[in-house]
Amino acid sequence: MVELTINGRVVHANEGEMLLAVCRREGFRIPALCHHEAIEPFGACRLCMVEITKKEWKGWSNYVTSCLYPVEKNLIVLTDSTKVIELRKTVLDLQLARCPNSPEIRQLAAEYGVNQTSYEPVVDGDNCILCGICTRICEKMGFSAISTVGRGHDKVVAPPLKEAPPDCVGCLACSLNCPTHVIPYIDNGSTRIIWGRTFELIKCSKCGKPTITRDFAESLSKTKSIPAEYFEVCDECHRREISLTMGSIANWEREAAK
Amino acid sequence: MMHIESPKQLAEYRKKCVAEESKYTRKVLVCCGPGCLANGSQKISDEFKRILSSKKIKGFSIEALRDTGCHGYCEQGPLVIIEPDGTFYTHVKVKDVAEIIDETIAGKKVIERLLYCDPDTAKKIEKYSDIPFYSHQTRIAFRNLGRVSQCDINQYIAIGGYQALAKTLADMTPEQVIKEVSASGLRGRGGAGFHAGKKWATCAGIQEKPHYVICNGDEGDPGAFMDRAIMEGDPHSVIEGMIICSYAVGSNQGYIYVREEYPLAVVNLQKAIEQARELGLLGENILGSDHSFDIHVSRGGGAFVCGESSALMKSVAGEVGEPRAKYIRSVVKGLFDKPTVLNNVESLANIPVIIDKGGEWFSKIGTSTSTGTKAFSLVGKVNNSGLIEVPMGTTLREIVYDIGGGIRDGRPFKAVQTGGPSGGCLPESKLDLQVDFDTLTKAGSMMGSGGMIIMDDRTCMVDVAKYFLSFLVDESCGKCVPCREGLYQLHAMTVAVSEGRATEADIEKMEKLSDMIVIGSLCGLGKSGPNPFLSTVMYFRDEYLEHIRNKRCPAGVCRALIQYTINEKCNGCMACITACAHHAITGKKKEPHFINQELCDKCGACYAVCQHDAITIT
Ligand SMILES: Cc1cc2nc3c(=O)[nH]c(=O)nc-3n(C[C@H](O)[C@H](O)[C@H](O)COP(=O)(O)O)c2cc1C
Ligand code: SF4
Ligand code: SF4
Ligand code: FES
Repeated sequence: MVELTINGRVVHANEGEMLLAVCRREGFRIPALCHHEAIEPFGACRLCMVEITKKEWKGWSNYVTSCLYPVEKNLIVLTDSTKVIELRKTVLDLQLARCPNSPEIRQLAAEYGVNQTSYEPVVDGDNCILCGICTRICEKMGFSAISTVGRGHDKVVAPPLKEAPPDCVGCLACSLNCPTHVIPYIDNGSTRIIWGRTFELIKCSKCGKPTITRDFAESLSKTKSIPAEYFEVCDECHRREISLTMGSIANWEREAAK
Repeated sequence: MMHIESPKQLAEYRKKCVAEESKYTRKVLVCCGPGCLANGSQKISDEFKRILSSKKIKGFSIEALRDTGCHGYCEQGPLVIIEPDGTFYTHVKVKDVAEIIDETIAGKKVIERLLYCDPDTAKKIEKYSDIPFYSHQTRIAFRNLGRVSQCDINQYIAIGGYQALAKTLADMTPEQVIKEVSASGLRGRGGAGFHAGKKWATCAGIQEKPHYVICNGDEGDPGAFMDRAIMEGDPHSVIEGMIICSYAVGSNQGYIYVREEYPLAVVNLQKAIEQARELGLLGENILGSDHSFDIHVSRGGGAFVCGESSALMKSVAGEVGEPRAKYIRSVVKGLFDKPTVLNNVESLANIPVIIDKGGEWFSKIGTSTSTGTKAFSLVGKVNNSGLIEVPMGTTLREIVYDIGGGIRDGRPFKAVQTGGPSGGCLPESKLDLQVDFDTLTKAGSMMGSGGMIIMDDRTCMVDVAKYFLSFLVDESCGKCVPCREGLYQLHAMTVAVSEGRATEADIEKMEKLSDMIVIGSLCGLGKSGPNPFLSTVMYFRDEYLEHIRNKRCPAGVCRALIQYTINEKCNGCMACITACAHHAITGKKKEPHFINQELCDKCGACYAVCQHDAITIT
């Protein structure tokens, strides 16, 4: 156990825990755009920055990204100091210049009193905030079908050579986890289109509803040794089947008890 | 080549190398450093070889002809030096070679025409060591540059190379080595100025294995080539430094990360590593000791940010060279998440000398907090551009005037930019500052890795800030928002100033934004990114205000704010008409010319060619 102070309150945390998790658990709100529970912290959006100090630092303090900073004994954390708020405002102001049309960014910026960017809007700006969640989650899934390409201000998320990505299985992990919802996909019953590729959607053998893509199912059954038949039935029908089985078992037991 | 099994055998081997070298009393050293090569020195060396291979000269053999590393005085290149007299020939051309052979090598006569001419006294100076450019320098990291062939291990050993390694392995414990390096006070030459001894001690103290040693040869600063000169011209001193480090910190594997644009450095390092392996100075049981160490040369990822430690280690590991946040230092968790010592090329090249002569000796050079010397690449509007090495604490004035020979064309000095693209510009009032880590930082600039750009009165400081910011915007890896978007906006606002579109309030806004970029960015690039703006606005605020209030660029550089006109001094020579690619100038021969402002592109070509001071910039 590590004891530290957050905004004047003494709290306890486990060794190795990151500040962001501890602050949030304790009810302190910290915005974060590049953080995702399923993947390692990244430190790109800089919104989760907090001010830290220690008694022995003699008045010196530091600004760190809480998503990446492991708790330390006797740390004094300020999640909303003047500088921290100013930093978040600046970051959101800069983000707004790049993606003025993103409802998510607009809302978050408004919370910090930024209703319009004070900078020159970026030509060709889209709503991607380059948080890297899509590419990192894709990598975590084992596909690495997309990545960031280029550097600096021209960096974009794209498949290799900006062509339809051969390693994509159409799982939607990128699109569904994108904080600003900028990765489009189309499901039209039997097929799914994403990143310029068209995938076959497996139809549930019981109810006929589309489930996951055939490529995703094949990959899962290969890498996770799940029998291919498992994916022929949708989750709902799986649940129904299980409840029926459970019901029958309960019936047998009742019969047997008599 | 023999495989050397002990320090004693190395001493014997050295005797042979010395004997071999002493056969050549007369030597011809052809500089094949980056500057001279660019000026065609390879052709000069080839011409020497061609003539000498068919010509017998008494007391001279072709083995005494050497393609050496950079002599530093690139301004005067291609350079040829004839030892033992140290006769220093400048601006040598291929057609001069036959004459040098006949007159100087065979005839022992000096060719006046090729000697260096002191611009102050207009006298010719024959010897290398008497030239002011050299006499104010102290060469430690550059000690061998220009003295030996680019990568010849026997020559290196003959002049004392690998003696420090032998001493380390035979007489010193790892702790003693670290103590010596700590005592020297050596601080990292790659920019941050971290104490090398401390870094080594931390690494050595970590139980977890393996440990790695990496040499940072990324040298991304535009215009800087100190590390390149060492890697190409004296690779063995870097290798020796690394082996000593590996012994001190208990590492068996090292990497040299070389910038992609330095193919010759890669070739020479690899050659040198091969030679060291053959002699048993690298590999298993070095010099018969228990210590084993090998080095792999790793090619850079081609981006400026790859020189940053965490990005570099990712790149060495084969990943994309993007910095990661490191609240755990790389000396604890570095390459492959293992304890890693990362040192710059110049830092490592100093190590053998520190072991040889002792940490205390080294600590007496320079200032008390910045010991030793520092190499700089002196470029810009200075008379003597090139590579220099001076004791820490040398003043900027000494560098600019005594070594650099003052400003070109006798123009006034305006600023010196140090610290690479994210360094800062210091004005004339700071010329008496001593150059060391802390003084430069305090003055709003930084040491960086040693780029030094001299600017004259025709330089616009807003334009300078704009230039470096645009470099940094391009080189930002784009990972974190303050750097990627913040520097982009800061650059855009600087452009607005240079085009007369900014207000005074914008300056304050830029200062505030800079502050946020500094505290908000993930890595050193972003954290130091606003420096070009901050240092110029600190020392040249009036120049910014002049652009804003009066829509005027006092230096006559910012295109949107200037006008080229022709004044009464015009004698109608027509030079400007020919130079203008936009057909904006009209006028008959021997009659005053005229610039049509609508057609003028403000490229300044007319200004550059006019010999009569007849073009006015307003
Ligand atoms: C953006 C950036 C670029 C850097 N580029 C270089 C470089 O080209 N060469 C270098 O030696 N150090 C460079 N550094 C500094 C390294 O991160 C590191 O501090 C240094 O290599 C450590 O060696 P030293 O202690 O011997 O200086 C760079 C740092 C940053 C932030
Ligand atoms: S597409 Fe979405 S998830 Fe991917 S980097 Fe952009 S904002 Fe983040
Ligand atoms: S500060 Fe710049 S270079 Fe460094 S990680 Fe952030 S975006 Fe990349
Ligand atoms: S959540 Fe920490 S930097 Fe984005």
